[in-house]
Amino acid sequence: MTELLVGTRKGLFVLEGEPGAEFQVAGRAFVGEPVDYAVREPRSGRIFAAVTSPFWGPRIWFTEDAPAAGDWQSARGVALPKGGKDALKRVWVIAAGEADGLLYAGGDPGVLFESRDGGETWALNQALWEHPTRPRWRRDSGGLSVHSIAPWPGAPDRLALAISAAGVWLTDDGGATWSHGNEGIVADYLPEQARASAIDLCVHHLERAPKRPERLFLQFHGGVYRSDDAGRSWTDIAAGLPHDFGFPVVLDPADPDSAFVIPVTTEDRVTDGSVVVWETRDAGATWMPRDRGLPQQNAWLSVLRQAFAATGEGPELELYFGATSGEIFGSGDAGASWFGVATRLPAIASLRAG
Amino acid sequence: MAIVRLRGQLEKLAGASELSIEGGNVTELLQGLEREHSGLEGWILDERGVLRRHINVFVNGEPAEPDAAVEEKDKIEILPAISGG
Repeated sequence: MTELLVGTRKGLFVLEGEPGAEFQVAGRAFVGEPVDYAVREPRSGRIFAAVTSPFWGPRIWFTEDAPAAGDWQSARGVALPKGGKDALKRVWVIAAGEADGLLYAGGDPGVLFESRDGGETWALNQALWEHPTRPRWRRDSGGLSVHSIAPWPGAPDRLALAISAAGVWLTDDGGATWSHGNEGIVADYLPEQARASAIDLCVHHLERAPKRPERLFLQFHGGVYRSDDAGRSWTDIAAGLPHDFGFPVVLDPADPDSAFVIPVTTEDRVTDGSVVVWETRDAGATWMPRDRGLPQQNAWLSVLRQAFAATGEGPELELYFGATSGEIFGSGDAGASWFGVATRLPAIASLRAG
Repeated sequence: MAIVRLRGQLEKLAGASELSIEGGNVTELLQGLEREHSGLEGWILDERGVLRRHINVFVNGEPAEPDAAVEEKDKIEILPAISGG
């Protein structure tokens, strides 16, 4: 049985099913509220949900129970320092760290929170919050968001982040200090003279290959990139894709040469009438279209950066993505064929599979 | 002291539907409310101390701005704004 945690503009939906057939709605929570992200933490089994109440503000909630049971607790400490000029706007992502009980959460305005007690209490990462380059970070249309958090398997102090629009950030000392990892990324939305020193780089999503942790893949605001040196420098691998624009990127954990992206047009940020997932198995040297079972006519879908996920690996890899139209598609055979998982959900912001 | 009436989520967090709170204006009263009932911290005022955008405060049944004066025995209600769509 596969479980999908689907964050929508109108609440959390828990879907369950087997690859190949429509999934059933097994539970709902936060009915009517925007759920920006939800994930089941693999070690504790806790489900975490990032909810941005239009009334009460952004919050992380967690539950030990089945989400339908609704026994959710509000995590403490997910806030900026009191009395400052900023307020937390949204939590974009929650990720398990490598140490026991360690979790990370990324949010807007460009902030990282850490929890060392399994997600009950959180603290702001001060080094990133007080980074001297922060005044040069730029908000994009989605805000100023830490949306990608990539721990290094087996090395709790090593972490990569992506911030839109402030590029890739790396730490080797558990977040005490941060350095940029932007070499090779070309921001063609900036004047040519400004590109070399640009810090306001609009990374859309970043993922690390767990079997070869120095390798990362990145979907940029115009460009798909690969790094083989732990995120310090990047090579454009978008040649062969129909569009270099897109939001999510997903990897097969078993294959460090693999990546899946969903290209959309630069102009309107939707699929160009047909929905195609593109796969590489040679680290971006070539790309293959994976469209069997996906709509090939009259389909202009918007798939957001957190709305594409994988579970399993190798031949057992399952892939799922949700669109703002409320449709979810899945593959139980590593992208070779696709089936309809759900329709008529509210606009989908995030999807995690497990 | 003014009388603060809470409903729904706020009532649950404070553990009471009615509280007596000190404060010369709406903001001071809300700060006092959060101080005395830490479970409410961040729910009504954000980190800057600003009233959250979609929260309405009423004093004796009239909509009140954050700097509106609050008198002894005034009845204060804190409600989510109308929303939809």
